[in-house]
Amino acid sequence: MQLDDLIERIKAACQAHAPLRIRGAGSKDFYGGMLAGELFDVAAYAGILAYEPTELYITARCGTPLAEIEAELAGRGQMLAFEPPHFGAATLGGCIAAGLSGPRRMTSGGVRDFVLGAKLIDGTGQVLDFGGQVMKNVAGYDVSRLLAGSLGTLGLIAEATLKVLPRPVAEQTLCFDFDAAESIAKLNEWGGRPLPISASFWFADCLYLRLSGAQAAVDAAIRALAQAGGKPIAAVDAAKHWISVREQTHPAFAAATLWRCALPSTAPLSSDDSLQAIEWGGALRWYADAPDGLRSEAAASGGHAVLYRAAESKRCLDGAFAPLSPALLALHRRLKKSFDPKGILNPGRLYAEF
Amino acid sequence: MTLSDSVFTTDRAALATRLKMILPAHCLLTDEEDLRPYECDGLTAYRELPMAVCLPESEVQVIDVLRTCHQLGVPVVARGAGTGLSGGAMPHAQGVVLSMARFNKILQVDRSARTAVVQPGVRNLAVSEAAAPFGLYYAPDPSSQIACTLGGNVAENSGGVHCLKYGLTVHNVLRVRVVSIEGEVFEIGSAAPDAPGYDLLALVIGSEGMLGVVTEVTVKLVPKPELAQVVMASFDDVARAGDAVAAIIAAGIIPAGLEMMDKPATAAVEPYVKAGYDLDAAAILLCESDGTPEEVAEEISRVTAVLTAAGARDIRVSQSEAERLRFWAGRKAAFPAVGRITPDYYCMDGTIPRKRLAEMLAAIAAMESKYQLRCANVFHAGDGNLHPLIMYDAAKPGEWARAEAFGAEILELSVALGGSITGEHGVGIEKINQMCVQYSAPALDAFRRIKAAFDDKGLLNPGKAIPSLHRCAEYGRMHVHRGDLKFPELERF
Ligand SMILES: Cc1cc2nc3c(=O)[nH]c(=O)nc-3n(C[C@H](O)[C@H](O)[C@H](O)COP(=O)(O)OP(=O)(O)OC[C@H]3O[C@@H](n4cnc5c(N)ncnc54)[C@H](O)[C@@H]3O)c2cc1C
Ligand SMILES: Cc1cc2nc3c(=O)[nH]c(=O)nc-3n(C[C@H](O)[C@H](O)[C@H](O)COP(=O)(O)OP(=O)(O)OC[C@H]3O[C@@H](n4cnc5c(N)ncnc54)[C@H](O)[C@@H]3O)c2cc1C
Repeated sequence: MQLDDLIERIKAACQAHAPLRIRGAGSKDFYGGMLAGELFDVAAYAGILAYEPTELYITARCGTPLAEIEAELAGRGQMLAFEPPHFGAATLGGCIAAGLSGPRRMTSGGVRDFVLGAKLIDGTGQVLDFGGQVMKNVAGYDVSRLLAGSLGTLGLIAEATLKVLPRPVAEQTLCFDFDAAESIAKLNEWGGRPLPISASFWFADCLYLRLSGAQAAVDAAIRALAQAGGKPIAAVDAAKHWISVREQTHPAFAAATLWRCALPSTAPLSSDDSLQAIEWGGALRWYADAPDGLRSEAAASGGHAVLYRAAESKRCLDGAFAPLSPALLALHRRLKKSFDPKGILNPGRLYAEF
Repeated sequence: MTLSDSVFTTDRAALATRLKMILPAHCLLTDEEDLRPYECDGLTAYRELPMAVCLPESEVQVIDVLRTCHQLGVPVVARGAGTGLSGGAMPHAQGVVLSMARFNKILQVDRSARTAVVQPGVRNLAVSEAAAPFGLYYAPDPSSQIACTLGGNVAENSGGVHCLKYGLTVHNVLRVRVVSIEGEVFEIGSAAPDAPGYDLLALVIGSEGMLGVVTEVTVKLVPKPELAQVVMASFDDVARAGDAVAAIIAAGIIPAGLEMMDKPATAAVEPYVKAGYDLDAAAILLCESDGTPEEVAEEISRVTAVLTAAGARDIRVSQSEAERLRFWAGRKAAFPAVGRITPDYYCMDGTIPRKRLAEMLAAIAAMESKYQLRCANVFHAGDGNLHPLIMYDAAKPGEWARAEAFGAEILELSVALGGSITGEHGVGIEKINQMCVQYSAPALDAFRRIKAAFDDKGLLNPGKAIPSLHRCAEYGRMHVHRGDLKFPELERF
């Protein structure tokens, strides 16, 4: 598959006003609003274009499987620090478009923090290059980062450059017997101390805490946290555990209807027993079959709730994402229109209104 | 350079009358002598007197001023501390300067959530000072941090010595409150890790006051490292110093700071700060490590080994906090130090892939003889951000024009080498022509459409950051896009 094939397909769709549904590996079909339009499979536009370990970036085509990218990076002791799930064949384009990150997000930042540049094909078939391959570039609006989480509604991400980081030298996971409220309190307290915490996960009254960094720093943190009751976990088990969290194969994510709440890390805990898991230092909380008030409760605490996984009928009824204020919705519509004037790219996937 | 891109005709008297209705007398300046201090920002080569300066004290007043300007079709330039180096806050002759200086309160520091809510006129350093009692600080630390404001930092996506490890403003701001040119208030981002919809924070941060006026900012605070130590290494040639930087990264080390100065820069600063720099070295590298004492000790020993293997002629490790600060003093004082040895200097701000460093420095040396001007180089080596300081004398006819051309050539070479025309100071008015070099016509057009989605009359900071089609057509004579030189067979200039 060539870039020109992608461009021609979008140009034709634009002329015909025929919506397209962009798909990488389709690992994310369950996520977001309705799926509309003709399937536009871009997985074949794949391949790593440039990797410069000492410049800390990698550039690849959108269909490149994350597994391939991560394998390449691992060969040089580097990683995608936001730890996206590479879940079978998940692609680079889908990873950026979905904008979701894994366990390390709380300390390293999310997908958007690592996007340095992108080659976008807009809704009229124009190729637009934004950002680049250098760490610092403040010329023009930062459209590359805007694409993270845009669910393919602004354009086809044909190629992208991500910042990469060295893998930590040492890693150790501790486990604490804490309930949810205690976990949130402790995570916020530890977050304010210079401890090398790289991930946290609470499930069934057990708090897992991952420490990563220099060997000496990890050792010192283990000594400090032993007083709080932290028990080290064997390295193999810890590795398996974090992969199950990243890939959501952990039982905490088993429910058929799953809500994802992003909140200020100190937000008080609703006592609801549908709470399944807590990630990201207390800032990401997962609920199953949550009560009706969850969305307004999340908003009242300064966050938002996503209907992450549910039957499509329910997603269409409630909307996968928390509604936007009228002023913000109007702005979103104008932005969408400026990239995709005919509205042919993934209509309704982010919001029913565009 | 002028703002000829945008034509506005403002009725000065009508504007003053309307502004007097919404602002108390002490919040409005219209006399020429009062306007004078606002005629430029840190880039003093470009000046313009505005018709009025508004100094609002509340968000309601900001809304009223913007609504009024929107109704009357008057351009508005927001202003923080005016330390910008690309003329971003330079006034528009037909417009209003909206100074956010009185929005200077820190509204909240939340120790547990590790966030601070501040007004845009708060100085960068004041945020860290307010967080210090809790063992926290605000990571982005531009050299101008004593003076520059959070509003300006957001508009320029400012970075500092620590941004290789801790990120730029875009990585450390969680939420902003913005007033649109129509007087509508938006909350963008949130205190949670993400917000629904498009990541508009990414658009607004670094937008150079073109999309809205920021009235409140929520920033992330991070724990203060227990210890910081710096390694100073000197090299016999700059290419070797550049390779040493690559070797540090290749060894899996991301230092808290990694800075380089060339010989002209050390020669300028050493008599000024007496930092103990090796004056015979072609380049000096400063590499900082921070964290727990154990972590720092481990990292310093690894860095030292890498630098030795990379051929450093001398290596020193700071043995006390006082010594660490002295090693840094020269780097931090590089601008004023150069200011002492030349009547004027012109600070450029391009980024390049690090591996092209030696090539860039050689090209700059050639440009020094071509333009008959000296240049000192300080450099955020860790992330490829160059700050060549071109020395000139504004009083000598033709020197400024030569300095300007020298700067433009550096920027265009940055793009040709795979970099960018600005790493942290913004495009402003200064680099508006080079935007035509870095971006293709369709990408520039997309920027204009984004601008229109926020500000359809184009009243916010017109003539800055995003060039008009017309301007690019005129400048198109020497279009170099992503290294594809037009007429590569011809000698440049
Ligand atoms: C069981 C399960 C668990 C998961 N767990 C997690 C998790 O914990 N964290 C997490 O972040 N993700 C998770 N995912 C989601 C998924 O693995 C990743 O988000 C993945 O990166 C999506 O990639 P994809 O190629 O499969 O995207 P797709 O599903 O093909 O597409 C996702 C979206 O991106 C758009 N898109 C795809 N390619 C492009 C492109 N080139 N340009 C523009 N738009 C494009 C699509 O239109 C669609 O809107 C999970 C998925 C499953 C099924
Ligand atoms: C000696 C020196 C050293 C410097 N070192 C660095 C450095 O290390 N790193 C770095 O990144 N920069 C550096 N700078 C540049 C400058 O300090 C930064 O760009 C800074 O962020 C500007 O802040 P300010 O408050 O002075 O903004 P101003 O110069 O007043 O304005 C800058 C831009 O922001 C806009 N703006 C200001 N306030 C608002 C608001 N509330 N809402 C919307 N737009 C607004 C203005 O319209 C303008 O476009 C340096 C400058 C100097 C003079």
